[in-house]
Amino acid sequence: MSSLDTKPLTGRVEEVGGPVFLADYEASGGYVAARKAITQMTPSEVIDEVKDSNLRGRGGAGFPTGTKWGFVPPGPSPDGGVKYLVCNGDEMEPGTFKDRWLISNNPHSLIEGMLIGAYAIGATKAYVFLRGEYFEPKAKLAKAIDEAKAAGYLGDGLFGSDFDLDLRIHSSGGRYICGEETALLNALEGKRAQPRNKPPFPPASGAWGRPTIVNNVETYCNVPSIIEKGADWYRDLGLTEDAGTKIYGVSGRVNQPGLWELPIGTTIREIIDEHAGGMQDGYHLRGLLPGGASTDFLVEEHFDLAMDYGTIQAAGSRMGTGTMILMDDSICPVDMSRNLQHFFAQESCGFCTPCREGLPWIESLLLDIEEGRGQPGDLEILDQNAQYIGAPGNTFCLHATGAIEPLQSALKYFRDDFERHIVEGKCPYRTNGNA
Amino acid sequence: MSEAELIPALSPEEVVEIESEISHLPDRQSAAIDALMIVQKHRGWVSDESLSAIANLIGMSTAELDGVATFYNLIYRQPVGRHVISMCDSVSCYVMGADGLAKDLEAKLGIRFGETTPDERFTLLPIVCLGACDKAPTMQIDEDLIESVSADRLDEIFEKYT
Amino acid sequence: MATFTVDGKQYEAAAGTNLLQAILSQSLDLPYFCWHPAMGSVGACRQCAVIQYQDAEDERGRLTMACMTDVQEGMIVSVEAAHARDFRASVIEWLMENHPHDCPVCEEGGECHLQDMTVMTGHSVRRYRDKKRTWENQDLGPFIGHEMNRCITCYRCVRFYQDYAGGTDLGALGSRDRMFFGRVEDGVLESEFAGNLVEVCPTGVFTDKPFAQSYTRKWDLQSAAAICPGCSVGCNTFASERYGELRRIHNRYHNDLNKYFICDRGRFGSHFVNSQKRIRHAAVKADDGVFEYGDIDAALNRAVELLKSDDVVGIGSPRASMEANHALRQLVGEENFSRGLSESDRVVIDQACSILMKGGFRVPSVTEVEDADVTFVIGEDISNTAPRIALAIRQATRNVSYEMAKTANIPLWQDAGVRGHAQHERNPLYIAASNSTRLDDIAEAIVNGTSDGIAQIASQIASQISGTSHENAFIQSVAQALLAAERPLLVTGTSSRDPNVLKASAAIAWALRAKGKEPALIIAGSEANSFDAVVTCEGVTLAEALTRMADGARAVILENDVYRRAPADVVDRALTGTGGLIALDVVENETVANANVVLPAASYAEQTGSFVNYETRAQRFYQVFQPKDDILPAWQWLSTLASRIGKTDASWATVDEVTRSTLAKLPGIDATLEELAPTKDFRIEGDHRVARQTHRYSGRTAMDADVSVHEPKAPLDNETPYSYSMEGQNPGDQNGSVIPYSWSPGWNSNQSIFKFQAEVNGDLLGQSGGKRLFDVPLEPDAEIDKEFDFSITEVTRNANDGLVPFPVHDVFGSDELSAQSWPVAKRAKGPYVVIHPSDASALNATSGSGVRSDALVGSFEVVLDERVQTGSVGVAVGLNGRTEIPDEGIELVIDPNFEPRQLGDERVIAKS
Ligand SMILES: Cc1cc2nc3c(=O)[nH]c(=O)nc-3n(C[C@H](O)[C@H](O)[C@H](O)COP(=O)(O)O)c2cc1C
Ligand code: SF4
Ligand code: FES
Repeated sequence: MSSLDTKPLTGRVEEVGGPVFLADYEASGGYVAARKAITQMTPSEVIDEVKDSNLRGRGGAGFPTGTKWGFVPPGPSPDGGVKYLVCNGDEMEPGTFKDRWLISNNPHSLIEGMLIGAYAIGATKAYVFLRGEYFEPKAKLAKAIDEAKAAGYLGDGLFGSDFDLDLRIHSSGGRYICGEETALLNALEGKRAQPRNKPPFPPASGAWGRPTIVNNVETYCNVPSIIEKGADWYRDLGLTEDAGTKIYGVSGRVNQPGLWELPIGTTIREIIDEHAGGMQDGYHLRGLLPGGASTDFLVEEHFDLAMDYGTIQAAGSRMGTGTMILMDDSICPVDMSRNLQHFFAQESCGFCTPCREGLPWIESLLLDIEEGRGQPGDLEILDQNAQYIGAPGNTFCLHATGAIEPLQSALKYFRDDFERHIVEGKCPYRTNGNA
Repeated sequence: MSEAELIPALSPEEVVEIESEISHLPDRQSAAIDALMIVQKHRGWVSDESLSAIANLIGMSTAELDGVATFYNLIYRQPVGRHVISMCDSVSCYVMGADGLAKDLEAKLGIRFGETTPDERFTLLPIVCLGACDKAPTMQIDEDLIESVSADRLDEIFEKYT
Repeated sequence: MATFTVDGKQYEAAAGTNLLQAILSQSLDLPYFCWHPAMGSVGACRQCAVIQYQDAEDERGRLTMACMTDVQEGMIVSVEAAHARDFRASVIEWLMENHPHDCPVCEEGGECHLQDMTVMTGHSVRRYRDKKRTWENQDLGPFIGHEMNRCITCYRCVRFYQDYAGGTDLGALGSRDRMFFGRVEDGVLESEFAGNLVEVCPTGVFTDKPFAQSYTRKWDLQSAAAICPGCSVGCNTFASERYGELRRIHNRYHNDLNKYFICDRGRFGSHFVNSQKRIRHAAVKADDGVFEYGDIDAALNRAVELLKSDDVVGIGSPRASMEANHALRQLVGEENFSRGLSESDRVVIDQACSILMKGGFRVPSVTEVEDADVTFVIGEDISNTAPRIALAIRQATRNVSYEMAKTANIPLWQDAGVRGHAQHERNPLYIAASNSTRLDDIAEAIVNGTSDGIAQIASQIASQISGTSHENAFIQSVAQALLAAERPLLVTGTSSRDPNVLKASAAIAWALRAKGKEPALIIAGSEANSFDAVVTCEGVTLAEALTRMADGARAVILENDVYRRAPADVVDRALTGTGGLIALDVVENETVANANVVLPAASYAEQTGSFVNYETRAQRFYQVFQPKDDILPAWQWLSTLASRIGKTDASWATVDEVTRSTLAKLPGIDATLEELAPTKDFRIEGDHRVARQTHRYSGRTAMDADVSVHEPKAPLDNETPYSYSMEGQNPGDQNGSVIPYSWSPGWNSNQSIFKFQAEVNGDLLGQSGGKRLFDVPLEPDAEIDKEFDFSITEVTRNANDGLVPFPVHDVFGSDELSAQSWPVAKRAKGPYVVIHPSDASALNATSGSGVRSDALVGSFEVVLDERVQTGSVGVAVGLNGRTEIPDEGIELVIDPNFEPRQLGDERVIAKS
């Protein structure tokens, strides 16, 4: 059994032992799926296959990919206008480092996935929206795009059909909010990356007012093998009700931080203990953010849960990007919360009031508490702000909602720590070195 | 005096690059960010003069383009040193001791975040998660990602950037 | 219609409105910031939160932003639910983190939307303890003050300035909690609509700078319903006074006209009322040529003497009220009355008159302009001559975006979504102009030339529409677009002074009619009462009147500096030859200086009267405050003179009587005063007058404390429905046309206007102001085709020697009275000419050089404009105190001593 059968995303890289470019990619069956889709399947068959596979978006929200594609009006637009396919390669969620790896190591699988997606929705223009800081991934992707163009996998009349695709890289000017898909579209249009209201949803009116699909890098990378090996095969890869594999990652005080492609539904404990090599000596795991900075803390009682969308949601958090950040016992939960809120306050786009004004207030309160200036009542202010800012719909987009997830769970699980800071007028962790 | 000050607000070379971006876009204004980044690539930052020149070139008002320029973290509206050190201050690096490292870095360079060394060699800026969290703490100098940074490695790391 | 429930009560709303608008339309209170009735919703502030329930069983509901929610049949919501109230208080708490607590010194205090909403939500205790962020402010020029610390980031300023008004020099800068709204650098805000920021901004960031110079709280202003005297649109305004000075102008909602916005000429152009050069006393010129002031009887006696002659001419004025013109005509007799129009204006206005009376074209209201699907602007720089119409044209080009939004199921109130979806799609706007205009940025195609060329092109478009084929692509595309349009709009005006432009425009309208279209046609005039002249007949032209004066006739000149309307030598002869001149005017000028008797006339703010706007809508303005010194309304002086010489048919006791008499005299028009506006007998239910002063008006007893400790008796008002006191009411729900200021309990800011509307954006409750004198559409005159000759080929001006001059109208400075308003004087350019760069280089001139010509008075700054046809020169009118320009080509030479006017130069630009 080839490692591609169990590791569709990383198997080739493992075999090659480094970044996979065209020769290696083709040698291991690259672009077979795209050829199959474009020459043997109708767009709606492709969409159905992806729907059947139960592939869910890997950008964090977990929306079913095939269903999203199905929202695009099929066939050529009545007004002859273009449709767009966009890859969200913004990856600025703290603690998340999977898309950088995928683009750098397996760029052709991204290109092929986008090719299939574009064919499915009838897009003739595609953009990879890439983080501005991702210089190395950009160089590798650019090389792969050139290779694909030269080999006839991008351009006009692909695989002898009348399907054309122009794929380009757009480097971001740098803002976390650019990862929010409608803000991303504004950024692509050269505007301030404020999120847009939905409706209109991008599949109806997206980039330049045209039907547009936005998916995450990892999402697209899953597509070629689904088309090649079929939805059933893909579904069976998952251990729980979710389908396929997932790139899980761990950062923090473990022995081997890193990324691993594992069947979706692998337990948290297995990921940390077996793949990340367990905690470093002298450090004890107190809690973790399961899928990036914008997910709720999980604690001891959750460590045996399966990392899939439903299970983690039931535990009060989100699988998010599947890359977990560990909080060991040397870390002050108040200070870590302050660090997180600093990020979110600073990355607020400034459009809506609760996020723009509420998050900096939270940050400043957390700093006060951390530095011993906390006052009775501060936790109530934090609770109230968390409640008002965190409910989806209270703010214009989900940035602020995401910001509140780690805060409200920290206030829940580590409340004693917050209270001690206020009562003692200092941070009890400061002596531990990490101040 | 830097070279950029001697050349006009927009060089022919920059114009060619910007026009090439525009040719792939549905309208000229959509090239706003690309154009700013192109100019910055050549000059290190975007001056008021360049900003107006770009606005003119892409058919946007200067006020609107400045609205774009001031929105994005990677577009500098003030001069920076020859090298920009961007040190990650996000949570994974924080967990791995980035706050302490940040202080070491400031001490080593003798400047605070947001400042440039007197010899204009380095500008020190905070940056959000660089997407290399398994190798925390991280930083980026110009286009180079530097992983597993520690205070004792700083001299060796800086050597390359004169 | 959709039925929806708010806190247990059922209401109705038109389907497709958003919930916030629907709630406000019911006159319920719901706080908001980022929504604006004219600009729709963007969902930024999160202030308008309500609870929406899924059904009658649902007890928890879901918090939702009312402004971003479509009203739907059966919808159940609560404004009062505790969670919604708490959330709204939280939003204020967030906004107040950084907002300075400077209400006592803030110019917005007392009419601040943020104050109102803060009180309304109940937020009062400060819990935020970090430092406030602070900003450096910018100098934005003479009109607008800037205090960024007060910003609450509602985005309304940029949405108005950029998106709505097309301004380019104000933007949203920065991000997160460091948002800055301003210019890239200090400097004058360029848009002629910048002043609206004062009202659009819900706090005190953008404030009225001239008003701040001698600041008064809204509650200490005495106000009444006024009509802007700035141009022929007749925007409705609130004019406000304190201590005998006109302090400020605010927008007064009129559904068919200005709605929420006026231009800066209107807002800042009224300080002429307080000018140092106001004529305050009656005067008689003694034999030594020196005026003796202050003896009213002497002045009247001398005037009566002069009038006792059978050779008296009366020269009226398009800037004087309908009533004053009528009074003069009655006094001197129609055969001796001139409307006071310059020869070139007279010809175009008469042309306009015949088109309006016989053409049978629909003259659209400003609101109807916004509905047009194809617009063609013909030879009129409408942004300078009737700016509010230009603003409406800008909105008209957005109609296609609404069509596109409908197809994409985007609610039409969802502003950002509608704009984003439409991208650059616009309804076609075509422009034929002599120079660059401020609508060029949204034009589909532009053709440039002098008025002859424009008239020619326009008549060829008419013939193209009628079936003759022309080669020219512009002609073809305009004809095609107009034919394809459902609501074609033609906009022209009198400022080119070329009747052929009007004729050709009418020819297009006529050709469209013949093809079964219903074109709308606007002919803009340049003065507040230009169109009174359309309906008023005259016995003699100004030229004839001046000739008669030169031959010894005596004259009464009403609010008219004839030096602006006729060549100086002609006027000189008339003023020397006349057997005696009685001049009535507001501000000193050359004509007045030559009078034998001067009678100080009230400004529009000091009297009640009417102006007729471009639609022939007669509109009433009311006395805001009683003038001091000898000043009286011109009609009153004239009426007094008439009674003294025994002309009983020219003498009236009240302005209502004059208006009735005026209307009765209009040929073929039956309009009553009651239709036009409430009369002096109007009372609010319970027999209340309309109070000019607010309920909180303060210091009435202290105002004159330096003179007397007794409270002065409030003057009685026998002429209008208003009182000169706080006694009375604001008749909002009974008669919208006389509300003196917009104020409602809990709503101290102008946002309160929704309380006076039948529904948001609808008509005012009760009567909306004004009455069109012509009902539209008229049937076209059977003989009409004879009027409109499609072939206008004759070139009327001779360019052989020098550059062919054409008039350029500037919103700041070309108009006589507003140019005497100091903020406008500061904002205006000095006299200038506009020429093509190639003509400039032939002269050795560059942008900013000074030039002069024997044929023009004074020196001019050179402005370069690629759109000006070579061989022609645009002469900015009025800025040198002259409005007439030569017919023949002129020779320009460099003026080596020229000093360009600096910004903020207070030098009064009208000729001193
Ligand atoms: C504040 C914010 C930041 C986001 N950043 C990213 C990102 O960096 N990369 C990404 O793929 N999705 C990001 N998302 C999610 C996207 O909005 C979107 O759901 C995703 O790109 C869809 O792709 P998927 O369906 O393949 O997951 C972000 C969402 C929010 C609210
Ligand atoms: S929640 Fe509001 S301010 Fe925050 S990023 Fe989204 S739109 Fe911008
Ligand atoms: S008014 Fe509704 S969000 Fe601002």
